[in-house]
Amino acid sequence: MKNNQAGMSLIVKTITRLTVGLILIYGIYIVLRGHISPGGGFAGGVIIALSFIHLMLAFGKNAVVKKINEPGCIFWASFGAVIFLFAIYLSFSGKRYFSGKEAHFKILSSGIIPLCDIAVSVLVGAGLFVIFYALILLAERKEEK
Amino acid sequence: MELHLILLFMIFASIVAVEMEDLISSVIALSAVGLGVSLAFLIAKAPNLAITQLVVEILCVVILIRATIKKELPLVKDGRWFFNTIATFLFLFCFLGFAYFALKELPNFGAPIMRVSAEYLATGLEKTGSTNLITAIALNFRNYDSLAEAVVLFASIIGVLTIARKIGKIHEK
Amino acid sequence: MSLYFLCLILFCIGLYCIVRKRNIIKIIIGLAIVEYAVNMFFVLIGYRIHGRAPILSEDQVIQNMVDPLPQALVLTTIVIGLAITAVLVSIAIRIYEKYGTFDITKIRRLKG
Repeated sequence: MKNNQAGMSLIVKTITRLTVGLILIYGIYIVLRGHISPGGGFAGGVIIALSFIHLMLAFGKNAVVKKINEPGCIFWASFGAVIFLFAIYLSFSGKRYFSGKEAHFKILSSGIIPLCDIAVSVLVGAGLFVIFYALILLAERKEEK
Repeated sequence: MELHLILLFMIFASIVAVEMEDLISSVIALSAVGLGVSLAFLIAKAPNLAITQLVVEILCVVILIRATIKKELPLVKDGRWFFNTIATFLFLFCFLGFAYFALKELPNFGAPIMRVSAEYLATGLEKTGSTNLITAIALNFRNYDSLAEAVVLFASIIGVLTIARKIGKIHEK
Repeated sequence: MSLYFLCLILFCIGLYCIVRKRNIIKIIIGLAIVEYAVNMFFVLIGYRIHGRAPILSEDQVIQNMVDPLPQALVLTTIVIGLAITAVLVSIAIRIYEKYGTFDITKIRRLKG
């Protein structure tokens, strides 16, 4: 099993530097247009998590562990859940915007659905990244023994 | 017609994934099955699901490859190997036999009974204002399902973090 | 009808893999195959011949759409299946750390 300390080869590192930002922006695009075209919060959240996992696979575990720490990711996952509950509470307020009866085919339409989409994507993205991070640390510990 | 071909390809790839001895090859055959599922979703007019299935299958294969280290253990033919295999095939054969009678009760392929869905399709745009009706159903009409899915994701995060933590000193033999 | 039967055959192949294999990673692969077969079965139940995808567009009025309800339910099921696979893989890595093998028959005999 290859040693993941220094990451992968030079070609992979160069391509990663060029494309990982595009993957993140593509994930945000799919989330924001969840109520107009196919996509939605779940697929966009997984793509956002995949962009961070791509960084971690290409540059090795140590380079990413210094920048992103685990309680921060768990905070973002909980933040997504709180925003989801806040959006549900907003829909009970009875204002006319949140019933979604105007301006079809635009981003700022359809009531609480964009807010729920963003909340679900943050939750799913941060959650899946934390799962992968814990599995990488567990696998590294298994190889050291 | 295309759905039959994709399903036959998936059955062939899954037999390869089950019977190969090298673990990494069988994980890659599993990703071929996942690609077949995504194509079948596209042909069955479900573009939302095709995107989600594709990226989820990529992540599943990445997680599995991080865990495989050794080759498959050889099939040990000890004692009751023959009886176990015959018993498994007999059980699966009975299962498929009963399934054939149960599948006759379903509506024909291609003509679903859409009592609730007809109402969602007719009034979805004016009640929610979103033109992607699947997102309207999953995040507005049936929002409790998404809330429950968030709960299940949190439970799995807690599970993985609990299993993968260090427990003090690892005792030596 | 034959399509439903092919989906169930895929389910049975995954079930055979779960029951008869000795390596834990093979069991996890079998579980993933079962989950793919079940998701496909659900979506194929809601298919309509010559139907359209349930997404409205600006300039046309679409009359016959496929059933959107199974698709909305399978959408969350796919992500939950990934979470289940992640938990199983972490259990498998822990078993390897403790016993030194992935073989389930050996795990029964060693006292940890």
